[in-house]
Amino acid sequence: MFVSSGRELTEICREENLTIYEYTIREEVEKSGLSREKVIEKMKGTLHVMMNSATYAQENEIKSVSGLIGGDAYKIRQYADGEKTLTGDFMNRAMARALSSSEVNAAMGKIVACPTAGSCGIVPAVVISAGEKLQKTEEDLINALFTASGVGIIIAKNATLAGAEGGCQAECGSAAAMASAAVVEMMGGTPEQALNAAAIVFKNVMGLVCDPVAGLVEVPCAKRNIAGTVSALTTADLAMSGVESKIPFDEVVWAMHKVGKALPSELRETAMGGIAITPTGQRLKKEIFGE
Amino acid sequence: MRDYGVFDILGPVMIGPSSSHTAGAARLAKVAGNIAGSNIKKVEFMLHGSFGQTYKGHGTDKALIAGILNMDPWDENLKRSFEIAEEKGIEVVFTVEDMGDVHPNTVKFIITKEDGRITEVTGSSIGGGNIYVFDIDGQSVEFTGERPTLLTQHKDTPGVISKISSLFYDQNVNIGTMKVYRSGKGKATMALETDSAIPDDIINKIMNMEEVENVEFINPILEGGA
Repeated sequence: MFVSSGRELTEICREENLTIYEYTIREEVEKSGLSREKVIEKMKGTLHVMMNSATYAQENEIKSVSGLIGGDAYKIRQYADGEKTLTGDFMNRAMARALSSSEVNAAMGKIVACPTAGSCGIVPAVVISAGEKLQKTEEDLINALFTASGVGIIIAKNATLAGAEGGCQAECGSAAAMASAAVVEMMGGTPEQALNAAAIVFKNVMGLVCDPVAGLVEVPCAKRNIAGTVSALTTADLAMSGVESKIPFDEVVWAMHKVGKALPSELRETAMGGIAITPTGQRLKKEIFGE
Repeated sequence: MRDYGVFDILGPVMIGPSSSHTAGAARLAKVAGNIAGSNIKKVEFMLHGSFGQTYKGHGTDKALIAGILNMDPWDENLKRSFEIAEEKGIEVVFTVEDMGDVHPNTVKFIITKEDGRITEVTGSSIGGGNIYVFDIDGQSVEFTGERPTLLTQHKDTPGVISKISSLFYDQNVNIGTMKVYRSGKGKATMALETDSAIPDDIINKIMNMEEVENVEFINPILEGGA
């Protein structure tokens, strides 16, 4: 059975000289009864769905079912290809990728819930962008997805991945933590460094609420996927530089869960608080659903 | 502490925007369509709670029709389901109904077949694309569609369940869960979930049993088929 804490995970990786992704692949083979090849093949299929969703809305101006969002991934991509960006084409293209998957999701396209549909932009954008920059192979990207899911399993076991239970910190926060850890391993960082990155990401979004306008996975969800992506990428650099989280990963996950439970239900996906109940949020809701 | 696999975390692959309001809705409708069988003429979808309030924004209506058309939750034709239903001459109607103390994402399907027969199925989408069905034609049942499921309607007499279960034993198919409900008037309904595929042979033998009036078999909806 998969270990239940980050501490156990780093211990077992140290003792057996494993990466998080290698440990995760072995555990999945054990749990599923499938061959190693089959498990990796399945993850390859997952990666390909991610690649499509992260690309499509950069090249096509799409609109969500409600009409609330769309066309912005295309806009960022055009801007990223210009010469006047502040944070460079790498960061801008990563942001365009994150938004692309979120827009594809809202327009009823095919995505991977990773860990949820609302946060489906972050892991693909981070892993694909880092892979491109570092000239990694498809195998490296697949391994990164195993790192991300390994870290996600520990979060799911100890806290929650659902906005209705823990707010956006549990959805986009978890996605960004998983993604950042994945990039650290992709860059050759240790399991400790990967979990440091995940912990730092969580600390920086601790308390983030889930307050979707009209209850739809669009505003502010899509842009929070961008924020999570940027945070995951910059934090991977922090961890690789040797910066450590003063509070260990397991304790940060515990705190995230506790904060999530302390959030009033208005701020947990009910569309009854936060930006959902701003005058504009309410007006948009009326425009979509009528009364 | 629940155990998770990697594809519980990075998955499911699905058509957006919502695992409960879109993917789960499609899955539930597919199960309902399977229960009704082929030659569907008309479907009325009675939507309760959050489904009733937000179905348009989440594409729940498109997902429900897609499921009735036997599409999977990851089928990219899902968003074209209104057109496809029209091409096939299947009439669809959406109504909003307060069903009382049930899960907020609940649908009652009233399915009319070409021969005029009506099947009613009620179930809920409970998050993460997971579902359960809790009523068929006014009869309480409970199953999730995650495993091969057999539903029977049979005479409420001694020995029927033992005859059915021995058929599974003979072919080494393990029964995971089994629930029997008495519907009055000497009739009973059974929902039985197995750990592995149910051979046609078993289904045929059950169908031929004198005490059994009706058998329905529902295949699990598994992602990617592999």
